[in-house]
Amino acid sequence: MDSETIKFILTPFLWVGLTGLVIGVSLALAAKYMAVREDPRIAQVTELLPGANCGGCGFAGCAEYAKAIVVDNADITLCAPGGAACVDSIAAFMGVSAGSVEKMTALVMCCGDDESAERRFSYNGINDCAAADALAGGDKGCTYGCLGYGSCARVCPVNAIIIEKGLARVNKALCIACGKCIAVCPRKLIKLVPTAAPIHVLCNSKDKGADVKKVCSSGCIGCRLCTKFGDEGAFVMDGFLAHVDYSVPITREEVIEKCPSKCIRRN
Amino acid sequence: MKTVSAPYQFKGGIHPDYHKELAWKSAIERMPNPSELTVPMSQHLGAPAKVCVSPGDAVKKGSLIGEQNGFISASVHAPVSGTVKAVVQSCSATGRSCQAVVIESMDDGETEYFEPIVEWLHTHKERLRNRIGEAGIAGMGGAGFPTRVKLSPPHDKPIDTVILNGAECEPYLTSDYRVMLEHADKICIGAEIIQHILGAKTVRIAIEDNKPDAVRAMEKACAQERQGIEIDILPTGYPQGSEKQQIYNITGREVPRGGLPMDVGCVVENVGTSLAIYEAVVHGQPLIERVITVTGEAVERPANLLVPFGTSYRKLVEHCGGVRESVAKVISGGPMMGFAVGSLEIPTGKTTSGLVLLPSGCIQQFSSQACIGCGRCVDACPMGLVPSELSQFIEADDIEGAERIALMDCIECGSCAFVCPAHRPLVQHMRRGKTGVMARRAAADAQTRK
Repeated sequence: MDSETIKFILTPFLWVGLTGLVIGVSLALAAKYMAVREDPRIAQVTELLPGANCGGCGFAGCAEYAKAIVVDNADITLCAPGGAACVDSIAAFMGVSAGSVEKMTALVMCCGDDESAERRFSYNGINDCAAADALAGGDKGCTYGCLGYGSCARVCPVNAIIIEKGLARVNKALCIACGKCIAVCPRKLIKLVPTAAPIHVLCNSKDKGADVKKVCSSGCIGCRLCTKFGDEGAFVMDGFLAHVDYSVPITREEVIEKCPSKCIRRN
Repeated sequence: MKTVSAPYQFKGGIHPDYHKELAWKSAIERMPNPSELTVPMSQHLGAPAKVCVSPGDAVKKGSLIGEQNGFISASVHAPVSGTVKAVVQSCSATGRSCQAVVIESMDDGETEYFEPIVEWLHTHKERLRNRIGEAGIAGMGGAGFPTRVKLSPPHDKPIDTVILNGAECEPYLTSDYRVMLEHADKICIGAEIIQHILGAKTVRIAIEDNKPDAVRAMEKACAQERQGIEIDILPTGYPQGSEKQQIYNITGREVPRGGLPMDVGCVVENVGTSLAIYEAVVHGQPLIERVITVTGEAVERPANLLVPFGTSYRKLVEHCGGVRESVAKVISGGPMMGFAVGSLEIPTGKTTSGLVLLPSGCIQQFSSQACIGCGRCVDACPMGLVPSELSQFIEADDIEGAERIALMDCIECGSCAFVCPAHRPLVQHMRRGKTGVMARRAAADAQTRK
């Protein structure tokens, strides 16, 4: 090989090598002097979170929430899917006390399915609860009850909601309590309740008993029998509608049989 | 007076089966007063009237029972003499609930009307406007816009043309047609009162060409030296009765986006409203009754009834001999713009133009499918919109996108849904989208006020 050929091959090698060296050195310097320091704990807290990215905590995702916990001292009990175990591990990691966090689940406060609740007309329109509700107040006879067009089921990120006989039901084993269904329900019928609570009043109708009976055979008629036969203070009346006070431990479950319209049910 | 064919024709529209033969031969008959009436306080567009009687009060036919409550509102009067039984919540055909006064009627023949203004041509315009306001007159075509507001345009918007809407393009309904046949003289005087109040040069009476006897009746009534009245014959088609389309057909003017007919120097009033204005001014009678068509294949005896407001739909059907076959659908208003109702316990009001009862053989239920992009709705839309695209924006919850392509210009006439081969509930989508836009605008307003 003559020297011309060697030069012809070596020159580009040298140039490319030199350019690489300059860029490498400047990157090394930049990495040292221009580095943005992120708290390593953010990544670690992100690891502790369940990674569902459901947004139920109010932040854009698990990483954002972890950042808020580490940087802004956000409340560590906001992650509903993670539940108590997650809170405990974050509390231990961050060295703060968490208090007690109850695992919550979404619950549709209505048990009037197509067998027990009446529909006023047959609705043949957009398959969406808000649209059905806007049309003459919805086809359900009860103006408080579940319309059953499944808007909640469609927003659920974990498919925990099914529609059965025109009524939405939440599978509490799957529910991560992110609250998306609560926001989309036009009748404000879905509530977060403690997963451990044994019984619930599955009705949201504030109408008088006689009016409820006209449209639904399983609605709360405000008879107050539950306040008499249930545990002291466990059932609270709000006008003609009974509520469960979840802070009171339930021992007397025979109240389920006492309820004349059978709207007190286990979940 | 002359009769002409309307010089222009709006783009689009449809030709549904009219079925007007069911009721158009039955002369208007006065319905006997029911024993009990539930008079709603919201029979018009705008704020509901404020109840000004209490249970136990005795009222006469024409007594004020609901005061006008705000600028866009209308007062409500007792349609019969009797005793106020209760003030209750009642449901309208659209499903909204409002206060209503229950009156137990008593036929004593006593009335409490206003003082008649016989010399209306020499009466101050403001006094006539006030009379129309205190008589509680609201547009009787369907929307129920308070007429006093419509007849008080600002000074910078002079009105040169009054259009009297007798098109009645809704299938099945014949109430305007019967009113034109039987009360043509009164409608003409009503029109002249409107013309006098607005200082308009011309009155154009718009009638579709499938009602030749109504045209003849109006011609006869207007024949005697009446200045500036013209009858415009519109080709039969839907929605000829829509305000904006009618203005275009007759004057060639287009109402600007978001604007009102007064922006192009027009005011459109229904023929029924014109009759109500005549009664209020010349006889001092407040708006307490109207002609309602009870029709449809499922009714025993279709009829045009003069009904006091507050009579329940059930009473109307009973008066017409009940139902012939099993009713599958009851529509308050016409089948294109009306509302299907789930109960007959709904009181009639100023905007109830008809009640259509259809048996199961006459209706079809469809399951809607995805848009196939055929563009028939685009051809049918009389507003020049693209309903297919609008509905897809709304389905995807992109309300802003829908607003950008002129969602708010939709007049909800239903022509698009009528022609859609995929049976898409397009009007329902539009209404839903509009509700979303209104909610957003209200939220933005609240924000700026803060």
